[in-house]
Amino acid sequence: MTPSTSAQPEGPSSHPQAATLEFDNVRKVYDGSDQPAIADLSFEVPAGEICVLVGPSGCGKTTAMRLVNRMIEMTSGDILLDGESVRDKRPADLRRQIGYAIQQIGLFPHDTIGDNIATVPKLLGWKKDQIRARVDGLIELIGLDPGEVRDRYPAQLSGGQRQRVGVARALAADPLLMLMDEPFGAIDPINRERLQNEFLRLQSELRKTIVFVTHDIDEAIKMGDRIAILKKGGVLAQYAKPAELLMHPADDFVEDFVGADRALKRLALRRVRDVDLWTAPRVRVGDTVAAAHEAIAGSDVSYPLVVDDDGRPVAWLDEDDLRGERIEPGTGSPVQTVECDDVLRDALSELLTSQVQYGAVVEPSGQVVGVLSIEIIHEFLVPEAEGEVAPA
Amino acid sequence: MTLDPTLVLAQSEGGFFRNRSSGVDKCVESNGFCPSWIVHHLDRYTTPFEQHLVLVVVSVGLGFLVAFALALLAHRRRWLVAPVTQITGILYTIPSLAAFFILLPITGRGRTTAIIALTAYTLLILFRNIVDGLDGVPAEARDAGRGMGLTERQLLWRVELPLALPAIMAGLRIAATTTVGLAALAFYAGAGGLGEPMEADKAFDSNVVAAGGLCVVMAVALDGLLLLTQRLLTPWTRARAA
Repeated sequence: MTPSTSAQPEGPSSHPQAATLEFDNVRKVYDGSDQPAIADLSFEVPAGEICVLVGPSGCGKTTAMRLVNRMIEMTSGDILLDGESVRDKRPADLRRQIGYAIQQIGLFPHDTIGDNIATVPKLLGWKKDQIRARVDGLIELIGLDPGEVRDRYPAQLSGGQRQRVGVARALAADPLLMLMDEPFGAIDPINRERLQNEFLRLQSELRKTIVFVTHDIDEAIKMGDRIAILKKGGVLAQYAKPAELLMHPADDFVEDFVGADRALKRLALRRVRDVDLWTAPRVRVGDTVAAAHEAIAGSDVSYPLVVDDDGRPVAWLDEDDLRGERIEPGTGSPVQTVECDDVLRDALSELLTSQVQYGAVVEPSGQVVGVLSIEIIHEFLVPEAEGEVAPA
Repeated sequence: MTLDPTLVLAQSEGGFFRNRSSGVDKCVESNGFCPSWIVHHLDRYTTPFEQHLVLVVVSVGLGFLVAFALALLAHRRRWLVAPVTQITGILYTIPSLAAFFILLPITGRGRTTAIIALTAYTLLILFRNIVDGLDGVPAEARDAGRGMGLTERQLLWRVELPLALPAIMAGLRIAATTTVGLAALAFYAGAGGLGEPMEADKAFDSNVVAAGGLCVVMAVALDGLLLLTQRLLTPWTRARAA
């Protein structure tokens, strides 16, 4: 094995390692072609970030990814992993340090799930009990039951389960870097969404450096910390964070590729809890009408929101409901709630669907924390003079 | 159990098998099919049966080694597939009887001649099946294997060959069964086998049925054995979505 910061034969470590990845003037010209497949590609991925390579078919995004683990050899330039050229290692050794997950998954049909996941640890010569512990840990990590799944064959699993196993296998030897080529491409939309969310949750703990290839700009925006948009001939059109890409596309190609709805796409980048919400004019059943007027006066919202003893929203009151002396039970109109973990796009969609201006923003416990209005979303969409702050 | 070929020859030509020993039996007298005669004289087929079995096992075994080596070469150098298929195809079309007579002046009478001819006969089936089996390995399994850092040799032994096993075993089963039938002609090359007692008294139905029946038993047994081996080696082929 090669020395330095390579994969740790001891197994999963409490301080997961990740490498920086640098493309330095990388060029690939296939034999018998005068057009480059990758043209002078340069960009840098900080350790622990997901870099999405995206672009139309034939833009060379998969080729660019496969240059990293030398499944395809570059013609000129260099690719550096933690500052070391990938060319300095034997391809097989290099690949054992790099997780590899592809759309077709490529599980070995003749190996059990356990043996599939253990592929790279076995190549690295881990001890049997270490491998066993690692395999069971990974099966749990992807939300399956080791006792039930370990000794099964790939053909006995569903497509979504196989996809998860593919990711677990790529993670098995705690690689410095993961290469993922459309890993969720063959999954139906509902399960794809679930797998994406699962993977993002996993990544928030693992903090691997990941090169993620997709043709789907929505997936790119959702998954990427940074996005490299490639155009035909492997030319880098723009390399930026998702918000930057949506706010300031570098050229017509990027603007076109990102889509006419790029303003709306920005709404998918921000969660409700991250915007400045309006204060909710909270009142309770039995409060005086005067108190209700006072609550409205201290808020941007002109209707009082009735909450119950646990702070959960009950009803909106309008002027007709404020004619008596006290707030009566059972008055008012129903409340549209919005989860504070929702992205703005989904929240807006809920408000529009129920044809209301205001949504009561609630914590997972159901407690009201503020009010989201169409106006707030509008302000978010109109670029501010100070410039956009990148989303957290 | 080495046998002197001249002794084998002497046995058949000396009327060893014409001596039906129990000449009083009416059934035997009329060349009929007599189960009791077969039961009582089964021991005369022991040696031919053993000779036959050795011919089949050795020929298929050698044929497999040669075909396997050729298939591995052709697996990495695709241009070899066509010429190897053609040459083994020509060997396959030569009637085995003709092959025995062509080889006689070179290798003489005896087991070697028979084994060379029978081995040549298995090559086409085995080569084709091994190549087809390797071709049938899913491209994504190969790609994932390389991508995870398996060397070409590890890929071959850990991924490609195990996945090609069902096709390879299918080839072995066809080769074994066919060779059992062909080895019945091996006595022409002086290599004995079950063809010898059959030829020695071919007018006697009991004799022909006994020798022929033993060929069938051997073919079925070998086929079953190979099938069992395949099932033990490829549990994954039967593990479909439960």
